[in-house]
Amino acid sequence: MQDNFLKIRNLRTYFFTRRGVVKAVDGVDIEAKRGKLTALVGESGCGKSVTGLSIMGLIPSPVGKIVEGEILFEDKDLAKLSYKEMADLRGKDISMIFQEPMTSLNPVLTIGHQVGEPLRIHSSLSPEEITERVLSILDLVGIPEPRSRLKSYPHQLSGGMRQRVMIAMAMICGPKLLIADEPTTALDVTIQAQILDLMLELMKKINTSIILITHDLGVVAEVCDEVNVMYAGKIVEKSDVFSIFDNPSHPYTWGLLRSIPRIGKKGKAKKLYTIKGVVPNLLDPPSGCRFADRCDKARDICREEEPPFTTIEEGHFVKCWLFA
Amino acid sequence: MENALISTKNLTKIFHLSTGPLGRKKVFVHAVENVNIDIASRETLALVGESGCGKTTLGRLILRLIEPTKGEVLFKGENIFSLDRERMRSLRRDMQIIFQDPYASLDPRMRILDILAEPLKTHNKDMSKREIVERVKELLSVVGLQEFVMSGFPHQFSGGQRQRIGIARALALNPEFIVCDEAVSALDVSIRAQILNLLMDLKERFNLTLLFITHDLSVVSFISDRIGVMYLGKCVEIGPTADIFDHPLHPYTLFLLSAVPIPDPHARDRAKLILEGDIPSPVNVPSGCRFHTRCPYLRDVCVSEEPQMQYIGNRGFACHFPLY
Ligand SMILES: Nc1ncnc2c1ncn2[C@@H]1O[C@H](COP(=O)(O)OP(=O)(O)OP(=O)(O)O)[C@@H](O)[C@H]1O
Ligand SMILES: Nc1ncnc2c1ncn2[C@@H]1O[C@H](COP(=O)(O)OP(=O)(O)OP(=O)(O)O)[C@@H](O)[C@H]1O
Ligand code: SF4
Ligand code: SF4
Ligand SMILES: [Mg+2]
Ligand SMILES: [Mg+2]
Repeated sequence: MQDNFLKIRNLRTYFFTRRGVVKAVDGVDIEAKRGKLTALVGESGCGKSVTGLSIMGLIPSPVGKIVEGEILFEDKDLAKLSYKEMADLRGKDISMIFQEPMTSLNPVLTIGHQVGEPLRIHSSLSPEEITERVLSILDLVGIPEPRSRLKSYPHQLSGGMRQRVMIAMAMICGPKLLIADEPTTALDVTIQAQILDLMLELMKKINTSIILITHDLGVVAEVCDEVNVMYAGKIVEKSDVFSIFDNPSHPYTWGLLRSIPRIGKKGKAKKLYTIKGVVPNLLDPPSGCRFADRCDKARDICREEEPPFTTIEEGHFVKCWLFA
Repeated sequence: MENALISTKNLTKIFHLSTGPLGRKKVFVHAVENVNIDIASRETLALVGESGCGKTTLGRLILRLIEPTKGEVLFKGENIFSLDRERMRSLRRDMQIIFQDPYASLDPRMRILDILAEPLKTHNKDMSKREIVERVKELLSVVGLQEFVMSGFPHQFSGGQRQRIGIARALALNPEFIVCDEAVSALDVSIRAQILNLLMDLKERFNLTLLFITHDLSVVSFISDRIGVMYLGKCVEIGPTADIFDHPLHPYTLFLLSAVPIPDPHARDRAKLILEGDIPSPVNVPSGCRFHTRCPYLRDVCVSEEPQMQYIGNRGFACHFPLY
């Protein structure tokens, strides 16, 4: 397990709101291997972004808090670092591409300034050297004529170009870990294909590991090595990408895969498989298995006791009583 | 087409925008230009293409929610833009729309009963209160909602439930034709499958004709009989769904389909065609073929001459060098 350089153990991140405690991330274990692309996939509100923000130390305090767990990165537990220590790592060893592209680029600062910012914080390079590095990273992420773009503002770029700029900004210090939160969701498919291709290329060139947060199983199948399926604040299944698609075992994963229409499938299917019902409210999640209300295979024990993680084949884990 | 319910003839919408200092500079947005498509009675035509290509504008023109710059929309052979107010009003019963955003399209201050009763009251002045409530109950049951939903407000329901309410509202007046504008794009996979099944059921049950606008191509292969592909305001290819997926004729269609992620990791090493560059601005549309700035099959004539839509059997395409 040498190569698990990020190991999250029993992470619980809660929000203490006026309506009650939102258990957004509730006992999550994730590991990321060096040089691999690890997916965190699940439906809206299941806790993907909160997991990413927890790793980054960016949970809005005091409403939100990591109440339990460890985030082991190399030899440190990020959950226990001070604000200052975390700030030293952020943007340098670990960086994140945020879900909302327009809110994470500053509209009144030039592209050149923003992309160079992490270097101004974390390095002692001269302004000229920084400009050179900015030009070379902009070139690397495929911005045509980067010199002429240094003075551009975010609104002068297309959505795809803005996403490239965000990737450049996240990559400029050569981070060991990049957390990419829905980096292509707002993009058109032809542009998405460009950006995914770029991320794979950069991962090799800069030797970065990536955690890709997405709700799109197509994207997962295209580029990821390892997959974590998240449901209502918990990881319910994890394995390498081939075993999970070939042998989806948790009823939720299985149902999710069956409910996506397959492109170009000859002979139109009459009906899509559907998972009944809706996701539970994280203010008051059901005890036992959180999927029980929607599961065709639910038994009494499912509603009473939380299922344990069970190994069903090497490296493939499922949190479900069917396998326990 | 012989049994066309709807035909567009050179349908064009050019928006005028004022920009620059003091708004003195006028620019023209070529949102939809010379589009000629037919929609057969009881078919589902999907309209696909990337952001800004004019899908929504075309849908709104067909419903006469906006007036065209030029061209006609024939509904059962009659140009709807020449109808007087009274006749247009009665035609509106037959043509409805379902929007992308169930959150934004339902008035947050109105109870569901009133939201669904509104079209009934406007168009059937002689319906009694009791008849209206009966009809609302019926509509709710048609879209799979329970009666108690009537007394709630939109914010009390989930995204999928709100989309069902939007569908119930569109069905209230027994329309023949419905435009679904990104009707499932905002929904999670498991909920999306539920709504797609519902739409297919309703289509059969009420003999509906659908114009299904989406940027999500995997949905298209499930729901549509034919596909129209748009690029920068133009319809570039149209034909039966399976044929287009099997063998696209227009280069843009080929690249668009190739960019769609496939939820099967065993397919990840297939030869992928990645389109270079960005979509040009609809303000400065390229000369000749609008796709020529990105097309790998480009030859001189593509820059100087605009390809016209031509038909071979039921396949239509606008390209000088189609991919036979
Ligand atoms: N600042 C906050 N205050 C209170 N609750 C929050 C806050 N941020 C997130 N949550 C809640 O935590 C849960 C998980 O949210 P999160 O943003 O991680 O979901 P997600 O999986 O990223 O969803 P999406 O796919 O929609 O981005 C949700 O129920 C959300 O409402
Ligand atoms: N009212 C308007 N005034 C000016 N320009 C407009 C207006 N409505 C649409 N446009 C422009 O017309 C073009 C076509 O827009 P439209 O909304 O039809 O695209 P779309 O294919 O539906 O895109 P999306 O997939 O993003 O919904 C775009 O460039 C858009 O900015
Ligand atoms: S634990 Fe029970 S309810 Fe949960 S997924 Fe497994 S079978 Fe279904
Ligand atoms: S007309 Fe020319 S540029 Fe346009 S799609 Fe066909 S080959 Fe490409
Ligand atoms: Mg998120
Ligand atoms: Mg639109």
